[in-house]
Amino acid sequence: MVIMSSDLQDGIMTETQSFFETPSPRGLTGVKAWLLTHDHKRLGLMYMWAILFWFVVAMILGLLMRTELMSQGRTIMGPEVYNSMFTLHGVIMIFLFAIPAIPAIFGNFFLPIQLGTDDVFFPRLNLFSWYLFMFGGLFAIFSLFFGGGFPDTGWTFYVPFSVSTKGNVSLTVTAAFILGMSSMLTGLNFVTTFHRMRHKDMALMQIPLFTWSLYATAWVQILATPVISITFVLVMMERFLAIGLFEPDKGGDPLLYQHLFWMYSHPAVYIMILPGMGVISEIIPVFSRKSIFGYKAIVISSMAIAIAGSLVWAHHMYTSGMSDVSVFVFSLLTFIVAVPSAVKVFSWVSTMYKGSIQMSPPLFLSLCFIYLFTVGGLTGLVLGAAGTDIHVHDTHFVVAHFHFVMLGGTGFAFFAALHYWWPKMFGVMYRFRPAYIGAVSAALGFVFHFVPMLILGLQGMPRRYYDYLPRYETGNFLAGFGAYLLVAGVLVMFVNLLLSLRNPRTAPSNPWGGTTLEWSIPSPPPMENFIEPPVIKGFPYDFSEIVARSQQDGR
Amino acid sequence: MTSRIDTTGVRMGMWFFLYSEIILFGGLFVLYAVYFHNHSHYFAEGGKELNRIIGSLNTVVLLVSSFTVAASITAIQREKKGQAVGLLLFSLLCGFVFLVNKYFEWGTKIHHDIYPNSATLQDGAPGLNIFFGLYYVITGLHGLHVIIGMILLTISLVLILRGRITASRFAMLENSGLYWHLVDLIWIFVFPLFYLVL
Repeated sequence: MVIMSSDLQDGIMTETQSFFETPSPRGLTGVKAWLLTHDHKRLGLMYMWAILFWFVVAMILGLLMRTELMSQGRTIMGPEVYNSMFTLHGVIMIFLFAIPAIPAIFGNFFLPIQLGTDDVFFPRLNLFSWYLFMFGGLFAIFSLFFGGGFPDTGWTFYVPFSVSTKGNVSLTVTAAFILGMSSMLTGLNFVTTFHRMRHKDMALMQIPLFTWSLYATAWVQILATPVISITFVLVMMERFLAIGLFEPDKGGDPLLYQHLFWMYSHPAVYIMILPGMGVISEIIPVFSRKSIFGYKAIVISSMAIAIAGSLVWAHHMYTSGMSDVSVFVFSLLTFIVAVPSAVKVFSWVSTMYKGSIQMSPPLFLSLCFIYLFTVGGLTGLVLGAAGTDIHVHDTHFVVAHFHFVMLGGTGFAFFAALHYWWPKMFGVMYRFRPAYIGAVSAALGFVFHFVPMLILGLQGMPRRYYDYLPRYETGNFLAGFGAYLLVAGVLVMFVNLLLSLRNPRTAPSNPWGGTTLEWSIPSPPPMENFIEPPVIKGFPYDFSEIVARSQQDGR
Repeated sequence: MTSRIDTTGVRMGMWFFLYSEIILFGGLFVLYAVYFHNHSHYFAEGGKELNRIIGSLNTVVLLVSSFTVAASITAIQREKKGQAVGLLLFSLLCGFVFLVNKYFEWGTKIHHDIYPNSATLQDGAPGLNIFFGLYYVITGLHGLHVIIGMILLTISLVLILRGRITASRFAMLENSGLYWHLVDLIWIFVFPLFYLVL
């Protein structure tokens, strides 16, 4: 375990009461201290338990689908159930895991601390967002059991099928609408906090990169989410009133639905990935004991991704029949958005170059992120180029691509963030060996799962099909095998973390040698985060003190 | 936390929220733009069937109410509580008049068998169906916003009467006012798009 001996001197600080013991507002006890809390840290943890629950549920759904596909023909479920299952898997993973995971958990917990303040700007609104989130989740559960059962449309709810299907589309899109509100209000809260609550001595170029990435994300949340809200409202109106806004024989245009949908849903993938990139930008320098390479470039690329990412939505629609000019323009813009992402990858790798690298579970997971995300990004270019996209559109290649980005990227960044901040959030250290075993198995399982899917896609296996031709059997079997390995690895990581909660709260305030403000306060943090007014460093990734201290300790 | 009130921050948060509302309607305006391009002839025809007099009246009513809301904020800043209450009551009355007008307008249309999925629209030209479909969706959503705005103004009114909104602390009233201006602003776009379309 990496514990710097000098941290033992910080023992005095840990005696102050943590936020677990001091409710906010004061005077609340028991369950109320959680359910009515205004404390951003408690809310972060409350989000965490809910999101972990949803993640495990959706992961098991994915595993069941993969099991179905492991051999030809009907294996464990029929086609209708399969259709509902991939819809449910998608809806949960997108709206209840990938979008809220990092901002709602780690953003809530660490954004105010990294900005040197005591809470978010609108604490009560923050609580309200959590209730919206839980409420949206409940709606999703209701839609399973009421009306025509869960929709079989896929998470995209494309018209005209979503208007005519018997499934309970209205309730599900209501759930997504409410979850969108929750995400938008969180973004609004973060932007206001960023501008109004930041420590007075912290200039723009002194803000940690995780917070910068959340800021960029928050803008996308504010600006893009209303578009999906209105789109879902229109789907509901079509179902109840049959206006015909997307029906050609009533004068409508179904393509417009796709435009509106992706106008949000493409920026939404940046809502999912940007915070993950922020996490990696925190972890890499800490375990390289070296200042981040290209701080400004990373900040600018975050904002550039947020802006450029909002202008590429129609690259999901190359085969939909829109004009060649649009295909050309959106293809070009898609290539442009790859540039800032690559800037980040190069910056992380350059940070490690000639650094003093110390291996740890968070760093290992971050390295997995860089590798898997890069594959995801490069396969994205195959899809972004209009010519090659025609060949692989709506095949397993697409599915594999976005899983490389969303699970290999956001998912692994989420695991890395869990392992990086766990000691800070709970004050406990976990065992490293099971964490490594889980991480290795998850990464290997991931490769076994999704590389065959890339190949299957190139060979022409369509997505969302419950059965396939005999020649695709080997690839599908391998993918299923990988899925089991992946799920096992993830569960080992989670169980290891959960078991650590039984340990005494002895984690030092700075177990990794981090330089951002959250490592200057006790673990778990006290009620209003800072006991003494925080000291803002001239540059957030200045490791000279940490390095000097460890040299003093005779290392 | 409560000791410090950063009114600029509160206002910023409200503006971000208003921005998201504009984008919400923006999605509908995108639909309008595309369908206007596709069916411009029928949009003009449909526009002629709407009652311009009631539409103009509603525009005036909303503009006046926006002014009185703004005036009530000034009144509260000058510690003229009675005046502020009166102005707010008048704004609420305007909102009510707007809704009543809307009710009669929709009622007449529905009476003439013009509503989503009605036989007249089903059998008529697709362009007209889209025009009236958008008309009902956009004015309906706008009407919903009028109601929300009125609720916010009522809350502010109650808070003024209870002495919770004062000359030194009026963020709630100001934000309700901002919301009301948004409702007005959106109508300023909705009105020409439907009533004055060529």
